[in-house]
Amino acid sequence: MTQGSEGSPTPNSSRTDGDLAERRERLAQELKRRSDLREAEDAGTRKPRSDASGLARALQLSSEFVAGVIAGGVVGWLFDHFLGTSPWGLIVFLLLGFAAGTLNVMRSAGLKSGPGGTTSEGP
Amino acid sequence: MAAANDPIHQFTIVPLIGDGALAFTNSSAYMAATVAVSVGFLMFATASRTLVPGRLQSLAEMSYEFVANTIGQTAGKAGMKFFPLVFSLFMFVLVANLIGLIPFSFTVTSHIIVTFALAMLVITTVIVYGFMKHGMHFLKLFVPSGVPGYILPLVVLIEVISFLSRPISLSVRLFANMLAGHITLKVFAGFIVMLSGALGTAGLLVGILPLAMTVAITALEFLVAFLQAYVFTILTCIYLNDAIHPGH
Repeated sequence: MTQGSEGSPTPNSSRTDGDLAERRERLAQELKRRSDLREAEDAGTRKPRSDASGLARALQLSSEFVAGVIAGGVVGWLFDHFLGTSPWGLIVFLLLGFAAGTLNVMRSAGLKSGPGGTTSEGP
Repeated sequence: MAAANDPIHQFTIVPLIGDGALAFTNSSAYMAATVAVSVGFLMFATASRTLVPGRLQSLAEMSYEFVANTIGQTAGKAGMKFFPLVFSLFMFVLVANLIGLIPFSFTVTSHIIVTFALAMLVITTVIVYGFMKHGMHFLKLFVPSGVPGYILPLVVLIEVISFLSRPISLSVRLFANMLAGHITLKVFAGFIVMLSGALGTAGLLVGILPLAMTVAITALEFLVAFLQAYVFTILTCIYLNDAIHPGH
């Protein structure tokens, strides 16, 4: 089948048009079948991890915990800096940072649901 | 010799044009090169659009499909409106990582300020879009459902810190992986020079071991370069997903 057929109507265009419509319908059916199949697959497997490689997840987990502690530390330091409550803000927020880091790791590992109680997102 | 064997030397920033805070540095030059390469590649690959794609065109189509699938799987159909942002981020990080693997070149993503700027772009988008779309309802992201009232303040505080840690983890991960990989490469390659310098011919023979290691690590670095771009992309999608559907 040639590509530029729409530019030059051929004598037997009625036949080709019918042919084309039929083919198009078949293509649409096939595409729908495939997309349905893929949606069913997506629904069946745990969504985000279906093709994420294991190494990617391993690298991801490592920094989550540290980031939580750093964020807690920064917040605590700023708290102290502006309110003059040194060292209590740093102590409290570092501990909370540890908790947040643990939460991050659990979330990354898919052991706990995402923020706001959502369940779909994992890594 | 000292500069040649110093594993940190490759990360120094040198001003090329101008001076001070606004100087055009080698980092800026490589960032410009990254953008030029990714845009040039996509323009060139899609210049002759054919029904049956050639090699370059299928590479460009693969990168499109890859990012589109990642968005579809993590953020759903609603996430597709962020496709331009996510695709640009993916291409920038990937190309910057790959350009960094060319010998004697500079790795843009090995500087935390660059990766942190990218991460802040993502988080700012999430926050701005979240408040635009949902208003105060967006704050429900920090309030998990089904938590008893007396423990709620603590949980909300932890959730907020967890949210604040996202740009940090996003940027630190990319930066640390690139930095560590390039230092490891340099150190192992430096062993060959040191061995041959200290032991002569015998050292050159023993130097085969670190050489093999360098080759292996180079292969690993290519994997890491791709993987980190992928991880950056997928996390961007997950964070955008929070902005699109906060706490339902």
